[in-house]
Amino acid sequence: MASTTVTLRVWRGDAGQGQLADYQVEANEGEVVLDILHRLQATQAGDLAVRWNCKAGKCGSCSMEINGQPRLACMTRMSIFEPGEPITLTPVRTFPVIRDLVTDVSFNYAKAMEIPSFTPDPAVKPGEFRMQQTDVERSQEFRKCIECFLCQDVCHVIRDHPENERPFAGPRFLMRIAELEMHPADTADRREIAQDDFGLGYCNITKCCTEVCPEHIKITDNALIPMKERVVGRKYDPLVWLGDKIGRRPRHDTPAVPGRRSS
Amino acid sequence: MTDSDIQRLPYDVVVIGAGGSGLRAAIEARLAGCRTAVISKSLFGKAHTVMAEGGCAAAMGNVNPNDNWMVHFRDTMRGGKFLNNWRMAELHAKEAPDRVWELEAWGALFDRTPDGRISQRNFGGHAYPRLAHVGDRTGLEMIRTLQQKVVALQQDDAREHGDPEAMIKIFAETTITRLVRDNGRIAGAFGYTRDDGAFVLFEAPAIILATGGIGKTFKYSSNSWEYTGDGHALALLAGATLLNMEFVQFHPTHMVWPLSVRGLLVTESVRGDGGVLRNSEGRRFMFDYVPDVFRAQYAETEEEADRWYTDPDHNRRPPELLPRDEVARANNAEVKAGRGSPHGGVFLDIASRRPAEEILRRLPSMYHQFKELADVDITKEPMEVGPAQHYVMGGVEVDPDTTESLVPGLFAAGEVSGGMHGSNRLGGNSLSDLLVFGHRAGLGAAAYLDSLGGGRPAAGDAELAQAGAEALAPLERAEGENPYTVHAEVQQTMSDLVGIIRREDEIKTALTELEQLRERAARVKAEGGRGYNPGWHLALDLRNILLIAECVAQAALERQESRGGHTRDDFPQMSPEWRKVNLICSLDGDRVALRRQPMAPMREDLQALFDRDELAKYYTDEELPPAQAPRAEESH
Repeated sequence: MASTTVTLRVWRGDAGQGQLADYQVEANEGEVVLDILHRLQATQAGDLAVRWNCKAGKCGSCSMEINGQPRLACMTRMSIFEPGEPITLTPVRTFPVIRDLVTDVSFNYAKAMEIPSFTPDPAVKPGEFRMQQTDVERSQEFRKCIECFLCQDVCHVIRDHPENERPFAGPRFLMRIAELEMHPADTADRREIAQDDFGLGYCNITKCCTEVCPEHIKITDNALIPMKERVVGRKYDPLVWLGDKIGRRPRHDTPAVPGRRSS
Repeated sequence: MTDSDIQRLPYDVVVIGAGGSGLRAAIEARLAGCRTAVISKSLFGKAHTVMAEGGCAAAMGNVNPNDNWMVHFRDTMRGGKFLNNWRMAELHAKEAPDRVWELEAWGALFDRTPDGRISQRNFGGHAYPRLAHVGDRTGLEMIRTLQQKVVALQQDDAREHGDPEAMIKIFAETTITRLVRDNGRIAGAFGYTRDDGAFVLFEAPAIILATGGIGKTFKYSSNSWEYTGDGHALALLAGATLLNMEFVQFHPTHMVWPLSVRGLLVTESVRGDGGVLRNSEGRRFMFDYVPDVFRAQYAETEEEADRWYTDPDHNRRPPELLPRDEVARANNAEVKAGRGSPHGGVFLDIASRRPAEEILRRLPSMYHQFKELADVDITKEPMEVGPAQHYVMGGVEVDPDTTESLVPGLFAAGEVSGGMHGSNRLGGNSLSDLLVFGHRAGLGAAAYLDSLGGGRPAAGDAELAQAGAEALAPLERAEGENPYTVHAEVQQTMSDLVGIIRREDEIKTALTELEQLRERAARVKAEGGRGYNPGWHLALDLRNILLIAECVAQAALERQESRGGHTRDDFPQMSPEWRKVNLICSLDGDRVALRRQPMAPMREDLQALFDRDELAKYYTDEELPPAQAPRAEESH
């Protein structure tokens, strides 16, 4: 079996400061970046902080930037790199560093808390739901999301723009809104808050999120653009506007849930 | 260490583990009005449950109306070779449908039948299509649904109490190292937060263990890093008992190549959806491995087996869908006989059996996994697969109805508990187990709290000081061995000597090696400090890994028969005498003590669900009901 030595250039440090450190590590045929990091931990840097869990591309824990690209370390094969070239590993840039390659991703959990949850018709009892496969498939695509937050990391609205973290939920959570809006058994209406509270309008559909998604979810085409169309239909349709104005059409939008953001 | 170094957090119920059973338990405890903390070694939503692929078994009868809880119960007992705790198997079969329907009401989107119900798929050992699923990512759907239900409850609490975390709070990336007691009753849980290494004491009279399994005891395992046997070890250290730890499931199909992904699971759904196993000669070898106890239920020819997929009422099942222990042993035997694949596995072929578009629709994760990690297109060529450690049937001995262990206030649900699956778990029965017994654990803990009245046990200072010193020791040693080295050697020992096929002399060698490794583990040194330090974390996990390895080895040495997930080369037969015996591990000082405990006889109405002829394959003559006894259905 072919065994070679690779140069890993790994960001080491904590919230205060840090720098890139070079390591020479053995690599074998068929391995992924996470294998090399594990070997580095076991042989040279026992305290190297790396967040990982399943090593199978199913949990979305080992997100990092590999040669500047947001990727999962467990799904990045060593064979994609030029032999002899150093591989640079840095923490995801959008979120604050805890230590080495591990970042504080609590922003995402705070956003998740603010989106009004699944709201079925209370008259439908468990076991009584009837939904067709074609109707559930749209939301099922979004539920493939493993919450690796790479789309959140790459999105230029918040990457290097922390001031936008308050008005903008990021692709993952705008997609969550789309998922609930397209859920056949959901009765809430999140179209106004998608725009007003979660910043759908900030998205200018550059599709960076779609490109980095390890689950190959078409975030922009299937979630964000259709959601924008629904918002237009709700907010800017002249008839709807008139209905609102003269009070013929009761407001039925579900309000955002008060979260940490507003406290 | 002074008391001020420990952050104290009072709760009613503390759930250790945030996978399927932990979250289901926490939801139920919160619904019962308990202030609940959920502790997770990982981030919220990352637990090992996400890796479950095939589905969640529940006799809803959506695809075949002949299915009901009695059929599911029978299948579960057969899969476990009648060593199951029959009361757990009964509760599980009866309650699983309600638990699945409930998930749907919380937002889960399972695949559908043509009439809009939850679709169900075939799986090994299940008589009818029974597994609710979402493609081959069912575990992810389940954990996300439970995660989002927790959030929904937190939103309710934000509206009612002004604080989303008033009644249920997730403590992500936090590890518990000791349970503390007061006069034998649970008083709290001591541990550290991973990001800064700070100590924390959860003061709570009720603790639910939901920590999953022990996979990181073995070299090749489909389990995530978290599976270091924490709950098993915490229970032992707190005075509880472990049941039948010799039964370890080696799932038959994992990737074997490249080496980097050896042990990565290949879902049983591949076989449920038509995939077959072949050896290097192209032979569908499973027909050669149907054991006598299952002979009547499985097809004898390829033609009959293939007809079953479309006409299950008039044909018997393909032998590829035997319970996992049988298929794993067969795969192992074919490789040993020199008929394996180039990288030491066997071939799993769905490409020649189903159209590419169907494979892509039903098995998207498998397609993705093989394409990206092994350059194999499973719609065009067969996969190379082999057995690896997947699950532990043994676990904390609990009361089936409340999930309480022998220690008052300590509960256990899911993989960390024992008994439900007997000697071998059927595929799909894990996700349902998590839901059914997670739910019961939440109720059990809430009821225990009610019974306490006002008085609450309190943690003693001496015990806390000891727990703190134990946790800091690997950082404070001036020198010592690398914890990663010791861990790798434990895994090698267990895989080589207490793996899928076992022998007395090898297990004895393993016990000697484990003894030496335990001494070495007590002297490891973790470099670096307390902030997010994986070397330190592993050094602390080693205690648990080694304690559990010793339990598995001791129980494996004691049980002189082959049954389910315990195969003895030197005792190849299943023994009716041994079926009546549970092996119980406890802690005597710091040593593992093992004793035999008789199995309670099955309740008569449940026993009447089986033909006497079938029971005779498992029972001793004295245990058998009298011949000609009327069946329960006829007498009622």
